[in-house]
This record gives sequence, C-alpha cells and structure tokens, in this order.
Amino acid sequence: MAVTTTGLGRLDRPRSTSAAGPATAYAVMLALVLVAAVASVLLGSRLISPSALFHDGPDRTVLEVRAVRTALGLLVGTALGLAGACMQGLTRNPLADPGILGINAGAALAIVLGISYLGVGGLQAYVVLGLIGAAVASVAVHAIAGIGRDGATPAKLTVAGAAFAAAASSWTVAVQLVDQTALDVMRRWQVGSIGGRPWDMVVTLAPIFLVGGLLALALSRTLNALALGDEMAQGLGRHTTRDRLLVGLVIVLLAGTATAAAGPIAFVGLIVPHLVRTRTGSDHRHLLPLSAGYGAALVLLADTLGRVVLPPSEVQVGIMTAILGVPFFLLLVRRGRMGL
Amino acid sequence: MNTLTVATGRARRRRVALAGLGAAFVAAFAARVLLGDYTFTVPDFFRILFGEQIPVSTFILMETKLPRAVMAVLVGLALGTAGSLFQMLLRNPLASPDIVGVSLGASAAGVFAVLTLGLRDDAVSVFAIVGAVVISGVVRWVAGTTGGYRLVLVGVGVAAAMVSVVQYLLARSNTYDVQLALRWLVGSLNSVQWPTIGVLALALAVLLPLLAVLARALPALELGDDAAAGLGVGRHRTDLLLLVGVLLTAAAVAAAGPVAFVAFMSGPIARSLMGGRHSLVAGALVGAVLMLLADYVAAYLIPNTVLPVGIVTGAVGGPFLLWLLARGAATGRTG
Repeated sequence: MAVTTTGLGRLDRPRSTSAAGPATAYAVMLALVLVAAVASVLLGSRLISPSALFHDGPDRTVLEVRAVRTALGLLVGTALGLAGACMQGLTRNPLADPGILGINAGAALAIVLGISYLGVGGLQAYVVLGLIGAAVASVAVHAIAGIGRDGATPAKLTVAGAAFAAAASSWTVAVQLVDQTALDVMRRWQVGSIGGRPWDMVVTLAPIFLVGGLLALALSRTLNALALGDEMAQGLGRHTTRDRLLVGLVIVLLAGTATAAAGPIAFVGLIVPHLVRTRTGSDHRHLLPLSAGYGAALVLLADTLGRVVLPPSEVQVGIMTAILGVPFFLLLVRRGRMGL
Repeated sequence: MNTLTVATGRARRRRVALAGLGAAFVAAFAARVLLGDYTFTVPDFFRILFGEQIPVSTFILMETKLPRAVMAVLVGLALGTAGSLFQMLLRNPLASPDIVGVSLGASAAGVFAVLTLGLRDDAVSVFAIVGAVVISGVVRWVAGTTGGYRLVLVGVGVAAAMVSVVQYLLARSNTYDVQLALRWLVGSLNSVQWPTIGVLALALAVLLPLLAVLARALPALELGDDAAAGLGVGRHRTDLLLLVGVLLTAAAVAAAGPVAFVAFMSGPIARSLMGGRHSLVAGALVGAVLMLLADYVAAYLIPNTVLPVGIVTGAVGGPFLLWLLARGAATGRTG
C-alpha cells in the first residue's frame, strides 16, 4: 500500500497567520472555558437555583461535588487536548488520539490486571498502573507500526493502535469474566467519567498534570522541528530520537494520568487540535496552549451536556465525546486527508 | 512448459494442504469428543450415537461433549468462511468482521436488547443479527468504497462507537443483568442447546450453498473493483457477497456470541497453508479447527473451571493480530 504524505501538507508546514488570528482564538478560548466552567457548576441533572447553591443549606454539598467535578474536568480536558496535539505532531498522523492509538486500552488492561492479580486498590495504584499501561501501549504500537521501509505511516499507526486496543480489551474482558470485583470496579471506570471523584484526586493529580502540561508547552519548538520531517530536523541540529522520546514521555504522562483519573475518554485529543489548526495553523507555539484550553472547554461542555440531556440519569462524558467524535473521525477518513 | 509444471506443482500443494486440513479437522473433532476429563473409546462413541443407553456416558456425550463440538464446528465454519470472504473481497488481511465492526454491531445490539429492553433468548438473537446487518450497512455506506484502507478505518471508528454504547449500557445496569449481557461480549459454548445448533445449521445450509454459487465471481473480484468490472463482475456482486459474509458472522454471533478473532485468524492461516492463495474452503476448515482446539483448551486449561471459548481465542488472537501487522509492515504488504 502506498501512503503518501501529500495529504498531510497542511500538518507539516506551519501556516503563516495574521497576528489577529491567535489573539482572537485565545480570547474565544478563555471565554469558552469560563462559560463551560460556570455552566458545569450551575447545571446538573437536578435543577437547583444558583442562590440556593451558594447559601448554607443542603444544596451546598451539591455545589462542592460539582466544583470538584469541574476542577477535574479542567485538568483532564487540558491534558487530553495537549496529548492529542503532541501526538498528532509527533506521529504526523491526523488520526492520532490516545483512544484510537490504544493508549487508553493499555492503561485499562494494566489497571484491571493490578486489581485482579496484585490486589491493589486506590487512586495512587491506579495512576501508577495506568501510566505503566499507557507507556507499554505507546511503545508497542509505535514499534509495530514503525517496522518496514515506509515507517510509521498514519494508516499503519491507526490500524496498529486499533489492533492493540482490540487485543488489550479482549484480555481485559477475560480478567473481568473470571474476577467479579474487577468487573464491578472496571465497568464503572471504563466508561469514562469525571463525576463522583474525591477532592483528594484533584489535589494528588494536579502536580502531575502541571508538570506534563509545562513540559508539553516547552516542547512546542521541538514539535515544530519534528513536523519538518526527521531529515530536516536533523539538518537543523536536533537529536530527533531524543526529541521523540521526550514528546512520547509527555504524551504518556498526560494521557496516562487523565485515563487513570477519569477512565478512557476518547476523541477529545482527536477533535480539538484539528479545530484549532483550522483557525490558527499548525505552529505548535499556539497550537499547544489553544488545544489545552479548548480541550478543557470541550470536556466540561460534554460533561455538562451529559448531565442535562437525559434527566434524572447521566450520560458519562466518555460517551458524549464518543457521540461527538465518531462522526468527526469518519469525516476525516472520508475527506481522505491521509492521502489514502 | 516450465510454467505449466510450476502450476501443477502449486495445484498439488493446495490439494495436499486441503487434505491435511481435512485430516486435522477430523482429528480435532475426535479429540474434542473422545478425550478430556471423561474419555470415550471409538466403538463406545458409535454405540451411543446409534442409540445405545450407557449410564452417565450417554448423558455426558449427548448433552455436553457432542453439542459443544458440533456447535464449535458450525461456528468455526461460519466465522472462518466469513473472515476469508471479507479479507478476499476487501483485499486487506485486517478487514475481518472482528475489526470492521460487524461482530461489535451484533454485540452492542445484543447487550441493548438484554439490558435496556429486558429481552431474553431468541429475541436477543434476532436483535444481534439485525444489529450486525445495520452496522455493516452503515460502515459500507460511510466508506463509500470497498477498496483500500478506508473501509477498515471507518470500521474502526464505528467499532469505537459500539464499544462506547456497550460501556454506557454496562455502567448503568445492575450486576446480575451485566452477567447475562457478558455472554454478548465474549463468545461461549458453555450452555449449548440442540435447538440452537439446529437453527445455526439451517442458516448455514442456506448461506453456504448461496455463497458457493455467488463465489464463482471471486477470482475476478480479487483483482480489484475496476479489473473485476472489466471482466464483467459488477460492484453489486461484491456487496451481495459481503452481505452473505455479514449474515454468516451474525448467525454465528447469535448462536454463540462474538467469538473473538476466529474470523480474523482463519483467512491468513488458510492463505499461507494454500501457498498464498485465498480459499474459502480452507478458511472454513481452519475456522472449525481453531474453534475445536480453542474450546478444548477453554474446557480443560483451569481445573474445575470451564472458560468461555472467546477468552481463549481472544487471548491468542490479539497477539496474532499484532504479529500479522508487524510481519505485513516488515514485508510492506499491509494493504
């Protein structure tokens, strides 16, 4: 199969944009995050008036629960947006997403194995296991896709990711079938939700997200260089292997932690960088911070929407992003941006 | 003259491979029925089969071992044929019903019927079949073509949506219902009934001859849509054949649940046995042998626990998938 990179022209080359482009995009981003955060605190499956929320009384607890949820949504959304942008830049693959490339499935398998065979429980253990699983998955998927003369082409990476996800999830189901506890824990975690998490989780994970986020932003020039292609980047004096390793580490840190905290939330990392790129081009110095902000806004809006769409029950954020993301993914495939 | 000798040599090799597969099939069936925790001798087997009542033995053979083995064969034939057919028509070893969302469509519909509509038994099977057909139609329609990677990628996307549906339904149900629904997530032969076998056998008796008639166009189709059209085989023939493949998959899933990766593994194994040529017959036989062996392992791997067969095929099939991908990438033959 001959996959040419011609379809990726728009990804490879930072497009020159007017100075007003990014400024507007940042302003819209801030406004959107703000609106999303306020909506996430005020709206829910139970309609409570704002005044009741903010005064002492029984509804005060609801406010606290929603505040935790909003904070976690901000962190997870930021991480997923950044991870997606880094991934698409690193692999020069417009279909890259932690869900599609099998990272979520790897994290899930590691966590279910931990619950069932190591008998672990609790947040710290899940985070460590999730990170290990995410790391193993990304290395495996890239190694498999990278074999061969034409290297890790978008189509090969996507299929390798899907294959890894299929393999990992059949092992996950296998463990769950034998182990009732693992099934009960996992079926709630696996759906991807930011609701009902303790405040401790936000406090524990915030530093990891912070480190990962700052590292990602620091790597924006590196990603720009990598986007030129390995030979070009080497010509500019970059150690491409070291650079790739660093970016890969950041992706694993961000996607693995987000997955451990909220379960697999797919498609955020796919949609957000694409939308940002259409507005401001693919200069990673803007693409990364904007993807972070719009990622947070998307997760919060999707989560809020999921709370009000079918009252009194909730549709988890992972489902909502899939509902939005699958048509988007299909559109990308149909438009043939991959040079198929 | 020389090419003729090579051609006959290849034909002989294929005949030997088919005969070998046939022998492996008989051996695997015999092993599954006669060996295990309760062994039978061949004369005993035939005496029971022809109606002689031997205490305990008759019951074990007729109610557990034989139905499991027959079901394994039927499901294996259906999935092996469907897998080979898909890979042949779509000219891509990854384009099996497992990967492009057909099995997951059936799963999602089955889980929906069990958990949301509260249906049981046959009604759920009907839902699963409808689900498989509808989802394949969606994939085919969105992809707009049967060539290249596009259909596989669309299938991957739709499969992701189906996984989300299943996880949403599982997360909001109680533990007892979830246990019932898991049957639609992992293929199993653990509670096979003779009537189910009858229905599946009937479906195969209709679908396989139909396929044999339609499949006479296949060597032309494998050249690609354009070449096939040049040879007078229309695009609708491809779609008709795909529909038969979908129905075969759906019938197998409705009877035993989505037994992971059997459809996917059968095609490439059969193809390498046949010296690089696609063969539906070889694919069907490989599927049946895989099912029999996997079910044997599932029944006796862990003492006193009978695993669902889908666990074994999934555990073996996942690494096989990755290996195939790595090998295809190494030889530049992924597409």
